[in-house]
Amino acid sequence: MAKKLLLDKAHVPGIRSYEVYRKEGGYRSVEKAFRLTPAEIVEEVKLSGLRGRGGAGFPTGMKWSFLAKPEGVPRYLVCNADESEPGTFKDRYLMEFIPHLLIEGMIVASFALGSNVSYIYIRGEYAWIADILENAIDEAKQNGWVGKNILGTGFNFELYVQRGAGAYICGEETALIESLEGKRGNPRIKPPFPAVKGLWDCPTVVNNVETLAAVVPIINEGGEAYAKIGVGKSTGTKLISACGNINKPGIYEIDMTISVEDFIFSDEYCGGIPNGKRLKACIPGGSSVPILPANLLLTTAKGEKRMMNYESLSDGGFATGSMMGSGGFIVLDEDQCIVRNTMTLARFYHHESCGQCSPCREGTGWMERILKKIESGKGEMKDIDLLWDIQRKIEGNTICPLGDAAAWPVAAAIRHFRDEFEWHVQHPDKCLTENFGLRHYADPIHVAVTA
Amino acid sequence: MADEIKTFKVTIDNITIDVPAGTTVLNAARQIGGDVAPPAMCYYSKLQGSGGKCRTCLVEVAAGSTADPRPMPKLVASCRTTVMDGMVVKNITSEKVKDARAGVVEFLLLNHPLDCPICDQAGECHLQDLGYEHGKEGTRYEFPRRTFEKEDIGPYIQLHMTRCILCYRCTYVADQLTDKRVHGILDRGEHAEISTYISKAVDNEFSGNMIDVCPVGALTDKTFRFKNRVWFTKPVDAHRTCDTPGCCGNTTLWLRGEEVFRVTARKDEWGEVKSYEGKPGWICNTCRFDKKKTSDWTIEGVTKVNRHSVISQGKYEGLVMPKETVQEVMGGRAPKLLMNIHDESEVNDPKIQLSEINGPAHAENFKN
Amino acid sequence: MIKFSEEKLKKVSEIIQRYPEGKQKSALLPVLHLAQDEFGGWLDTPVMDYVATLLSIEPIEVYEVASFYSMYNLKPVGKYLFEVCQTGPCMINGSDDIIGYIKTKLNIGVGETTADGLFTLKTVECLGACGYAPMMQLGKTYREHLTKEKVDAIVAECRSKAN
Repeated sequence: MAKKLLLDKAHVPGIRSYEVYRKEGGYRSVEKAFRLTPAEIVEEVKLSGLRGRGGAGFPTGMKWSFLAKPEGVPRYLVCNADESEPGTFKDRYLMEFIPHLLIEGMIVASFALGSNVSYIYIRGEYAWIADILENAIDEAKQNGWVGKNILGTGFNFELYVQRGAGAYICGEETALIESLEGKRGNPRIKPPFPAVKGLWDCPTVVNNVETLAAVVPIINEGGEAYAKIGVGKSTGTKLISACGNINKPGIYEIDMTISVEDFIFSDEYCGGIPNGKRLKACIPGGSSVPILPANLLLTTAKGEKRMMNYESLSDGGFATGSMMGSGGFIVLDEDQCIVRNTMTLARFYHHESCGQCSPCREGTGWMERILKKIESGKGEMKDIDLLWDIQRKIEGNTICPLGDAAAWPVAAAIRHFRDEFEWHVQHPDKCLTENFGLRHYADPIHVAVTA
Repeated sequence: MADEIKTFKVTIDNITIDVPAGTTVLNAARQIGGDVAPPAMCYYSKLQGSGGKCRTCLVEVAAGSTADPRPMPKLVASCRTTVMDGMVVKNITSEKVKDARAGVVEFLLLNHPLDCPICDQAGECHLQDLGYEHGKEGTRYEFPRRTFEKEDIGPYIQLHMTRCILCYRCTYVADQLTDKRVHGILDRGEHAEISTYISKAVDNEFSGNMIDVCPVGALTDKTFRFKNRVWFTKPVDAHRTCDTPGCCGNTTLWLRGEEVFRVTARKDEWGEVKSYEGKPGWICNTCRFDKKKTSDWTIEGVTKVNRHSVISQGKYEGLVMPKETVQEVMGGRAPKLLMNIHDESEVNDPKIQLSEINGPAHAENFKN
Repeated sequence: MIKFSEEKLKKVSEIIQRYPEGKQKSALLPVLHLAQDEFGGWLDTPVMDYVATLLSIEPIEVYEVASFYSMYNLKPVGKYLFEVCQTGPCMINGSDDIIGYIKTKLNIGVGETTADGLFTLKTVECLGACGYAPMMQLGKTYREHLTKEKVDAIVAECRSKAN
């Protein structure tokens, strides 16, 4: 059984309340952090090797050290709880069931960064979770962890919850900041980066919920101890939200040393695929990361077992690999239609494009329409090449990563499942009533042996 | 010693120049001029915060600086990227840039109605120029084009949302030049539109400048609507003493004979309003919409128009009005209406908006 | 005359206190949520104008924001708004069938409201409940692991509450 750092207490009855949480050792990291200097805390986080858990995987300690500290200008920490990437629902679990863990992490991080007022920007639909967080903050306040002169240290700290109102794009950190300022969620053009000019033009750090929660065990156990868990640059534990065609969907904390195959089929985790169906494909890190057919998912192109960590999941680049992303793990069985699945994702990105820059505004809708056309049996062969060309012209050419996020799923689907797209075109009637099925997608891939 | 202005050396398409630190790649390229300057549809040097959105000015940075000569991984918006010392930029010498730009042009034209024949902006439209320079002859888009509900925004400005490319320039004009913005960007994604939401009149004293900054025919001068084609008129530089604070009083009059068809601010070679003593030469609505007699103005002379512009192709020599051909061939008689085609045929019924028809118009489009 | 109750006005000024002075525009999203809850589940123009006055901003700034975010309704909706997720993971788990079932059951299309004004059906994109698919949002909560039977129960529950 893998070591748990975030969810180890998740099943203690009443852990949502302050009393139980505190009794179980909660808020120890704050006491410890106040005995360190802010610089020492940043150093611990750097040592831990913690990487941003929102999707990009950028080293958190490094991000913190970039924060500008001009004299007399307030600095802000904002927690990104705008969890909206299809397949991802891990932050929701943390906030809903162990809200004090996030609050604890935010107190430590705010102290380290010198933020006296911090915000949790939560997606608007998680309305009841915003209430849970506000209750928890009230409890923390009553017990002296939030407010003026915390534990007599002279550190003043306020924490507020702000609800979004339905916009995936606000998960992009500069769009989130705009939204928090009461504006449309249009991403900003960078530079300047938030570390220099963020919320109300002040230096700002935006971190994901899970990232901030991970600060708690890092401070409690020390950065070095945290770094020993996991493998290589994938240190610590990662929350995976597993969904799709699996027996046990839900949130799992893994220590990144487990193989993808074990994760899907072992009873400890997803428990295999229902109804005896076979594995066809998987999107391992949230809808924007490349989809992989079963064979490439379980075994890298080099013929090695693929593991659930940053490096192994991306092994082979986009040609034969994928990404850890946000940990949104979507499993597709042999009855799923890749074209239809890709169409729903394209529809998602089309719906969520802010419309600020031309490639994304115009390109996402175009891709959705072509996919719909193919899916409904009206596609032509040239449409597949056209799709490829459109995604290629969006990728890398937009203001924010939503363009890439929209392009990648389409690209990967065509890259690995082109014959399924072609089958749709060639069988306009059949494709309406039956699916392409598993075909060769689970067959072992021939690996060239090098002398 | 006076403050020395730090300069950076930047190489764009193999041409090296020195520019003050803080200059953007686009402005450095404009200093070189010609093809080296990337096209810009949303950036407007006189409007703070503009740029970065249309993506037509993307360039490749082959070397970031002398200190860090690594190339940048993605193409960057030259209008929002400042130069570093020793930076090497590729614009038209980069295949990647040409490919991406062709893509952006296709995206911008995807839902554009291509109604140039009935658009007042034709002849001075940046999207026309862009399409001509970087576009393809056909479209690969085969779905219905986006349309919007028509909105009346008052007596001066005609809003054609179908033509808009969402450059946001007009919102910056409203924010930075007028006391109160009443229009903005509504909705999101491909449904995003310029609107007041409540069909409010946009009638602030400087609102007319929105027309001048609009790169396409989305915002045009209602008082000039369908009056003439720009290439049949003669632009002349003129000025008057204007009492409106903030109005420079320097304009271009678009004449035919003695008749002033339109008044605009004066534009520079990048299509932007010219500056006077370092200040942008915005004009007020009184100058633009109310002073439509040549006697209101002191005419300085013929406006210099780029010889590549269709406006310079008009056979309008000096200030002498060309002959009205119809009258000449008819021996001075005015033409007489023999038959109103609309009484005889349903085709091209003026009540039907051509811009709202998807694709080419057919007879059934006009059948009631 | 559109006006928040005293209690809601207190809440508004509490929200404004969360931000530095002069940054009261930041309260726009939370105040629009309050307004939508208070004034009939949607944001009519006078309501948005009222919010603009409360926050000392221009009405257009409110329209821009209200029309950007999908949770704000700019048109009237039924008393019970069914927002069914249709994105990938929900689709894999049969959201299309659920949407179809609700359509037949309530005899309305997507985006429509029943004649009695009780129900509106909307399809939405990922709500972050992929592991509990198919699902929908109803008011402030999620209804997950939907089946036809569950839909029946939810509809019955709403009807009885409305009476």
